[in-house]
Amino acid sequence: MDNAMKVRLLETMLNIRKAELQLAILYKNGKVPCAAHLYEGQEAIAAGVCAQLRVDDCLTSTHRGHGHCIAKGMPMKEMIAEVCARKTGCCGGKGGTMHLFKPDIGVMGTIGIVGAGIPVATGIALAMKMQKTDRVAVSFFGDGAANNGAFHESLNLASVWKLPVIFVCENNRYATSVAVWRSTSVEKIGDRAASYSIPGVTVDGNCVDEVYAATEAALSRARTGQGPTLIEAVTYRVRGHYEGDDAAYRKQGELTEAREHDPIEYWKQKLIEDGVLREEDFAALAAKAEAEAEEAAAFAVDSPFPAPEEALILTAQI
Amino acid sequence: MARRIRFIEALREGMRQEMERDPSVFIMGEGVGPHGSAFKQTDGLCAQFGEERLRDTPISELAIAGTAVGAAMMGMRPIADLMWIDFSMLAMDQICNQAAKLRYISNGQVKVPLVYRMSTGKSKSNAAHHSGSFYSWFINTPGLKVVLPSTPNDAKGLIISAIRDDDPVIYLEHKLLFNVRGDVPEEPFAIPLGVAEVKREGTDLTIVATGAMVGFSLTAAEALAKEGISVEVIDPRTLMPYDGATILTSVRKTGNLLCVEEGFRYCGFGSEIIAFVVENAMDSLRRPPRQLTTMHTTIPFSPPMEDYVFPNPERVAAAVRALLKSEA
Ligand SMILES: Cc1ncc(C[n+]2csc(CCOP(=O)(O)OP(=O)(O)O)c2C)c(N)n1
Ligand SMILES: [Mg+2]
Repeated sequence: MDNAMKVRLLETMLNIRKAELQLAILYKNGKVPCAAHLYEGQEAIAAGVCAQLRVDDCLTSTHRGHGHCIAKGMPMKEMIAEVCARKTGCCGGKGGTMHLFKPDIGVMGTIGIVGAGIPVATGIALAMKMQKTDRVAVSFFGDGAANNGAFHESLNLASVWKLPVIFVCENNRYATSVAVWRSTSVEKIGDRAASYSIPGVTVDGNCVDEVYAATEAALSRARTGQGPTLIEAVTYRVRGHYEGDDAAYRKQGELTEAREHDPIEYWKQKLIEDGVLREEDFAALAAKAEAEAEEAAAFAVDSPFPAPEEALILTAQI
Repeated sequence: MARRIRFIEALREGMRQEMERDPSVFIMGEGVGPHGSAFKQTDGLCAQFGEERLRDTPISELAIAGTAVGAAMMGMRPIADLMWIDFSMLAMDQICNQAAKLRYISNGQVKVPLVYRMSTGKSKSNAAHHSGSFYSWFINTPGLKVVLPSTPNDAKGLIISAIRDDDPVIYLEHKLLFNVRGDVPEEPFAIPLGVAEVKREGTDLTIVATGAMVGFSLTAAEALAKEGISVEVIDPRTLMPYDGATILTSVRKTGNLLCVEEGFRYCGFGSEIIAFVVENAMDSLRRPPRQLTTMHTTIPFSPPMEDYVFPNPERVAAAVRALLKSEA
């Protein structure tokens, strides 16, 4: 990884963080019409994976998908405007926080049904293979989704057909109020890859360099026809399941501990130690990301809502 | 003795009293345990009955629905919470091919006494994957009973009947109704499945409404009364099997029928009621019956579009006026 990439990863993480914090404010101010699931604290995963994807590689994501869209290159304005239900959003207000699309940069959808994006990404990879390209599909999903049939069926099929897909499980230790150890048969979800004869790794999802390295290996397999990989990135959900969830079910001390292992702070320190970055460079990058997020929020709030009748566009009327 | 309590409290009380009465009743689903469920439907029950009977599950809808079938065949009475009706689609085989059919294909040698609970309907910008009203899929499946209460009293009386019933029952909880208050007796009571209630009497037109549409229709009826239009509002409460007799009696009196529902129009509950009335009381209809439903579209996120596609009290009133003005 060269220095430019190191800085780029930091920038992406900052962009996601600042956009999510803007959305938290917009939600408080009543500009987001329903509770959103924010990605704060998991930025290293989206950043570390997407940094190595080409524009023509594709991803699917989940109800917690804002960060993946930003990392794949969706302009903040289009994401925030969609979450604020505006006509200028990436889906014209039809999709909303759980349904973000921008196929021209490979955002093939964030999906509100847990696990449902995994077979879709598998099918995207099938097309990429049948069309004889070296493109790659990535599916981001949570620890909770790894207990759903969609996960198991997709890994098996992708293995049998040697599809160019990377399964990225973001283990943030909770699925709503249910802690992962209460619902999951394995200590490491990465171990489940063995059942499907594909490589599986478990990395610290708050260390962007670890995520980056795991993705590099998975990508080279996928691009050269060697099939899928499962990456488990262990992280922690520092916000409630959705905005407004007080997460009273957390174990005591867990949150404080997680806050101390912040992915942005970790990478910043690393870059300073390596002489890639100075404290004032970081401040400048953070200020730039914050300004962009504020501008995107202002753009969203100033944008019009779609007209009511637009609801029927694209619907088969009989 | 009756007290004024919220819909969600009435539902919870019904489940609690059945669990106290019958040790074979248990609840399973995502977050039903210590957390008390997505909308707090089971709040406090885990403290009373323990995690053995309030079983948190992984996000495994197919396994939730299917283990409920197996447990029910063995004499337990599971209540499986599938959270949103939209997620029940991941479990359709277990619900529609297994739960619904096993009693029949075994020639009655096994029974499947379970309840699938799921929240349904519009809330606030819940968008395409969390706003469904797909109950007609279940109505269309022989072997299933489908319940959709509109008041706290009905919520309690119907959950008790659903639990005691020896067949699988789909019990729907409308998200807009959880905090609605009403009088509910404290002691356990059962409202028989398949019995409608006339929620308001009237003489000019019959509205058959379900779920949140009952309240909308009552509001509309109140407004229409001021214009001299007398509307009768019937809530079937059980959508399958439905109480055809009560509906026919009403239509024979009023001569006009409007079905208001949140599901879609095509092959929906309203279309069924109209077909039933036409088949059985064509002679008493003075004008062609009509339906008011959610528009036939995926549910959009943005509030102006979302509001546009759903029924509301003003649209119910407008539909009544239009029907009564139509060619006899
Ligand atoms: C099939 C399905 N079941 C249940 C839900 C409700 N639900 C939404 S998010 C969620 C938890 C998901 O946990 P996880 O996969 O770990 O993702 P995280 O929220 O932690 O990012 C649940 C149960 C859903 N959306 N879809
Ligand atoms: Mg999780």
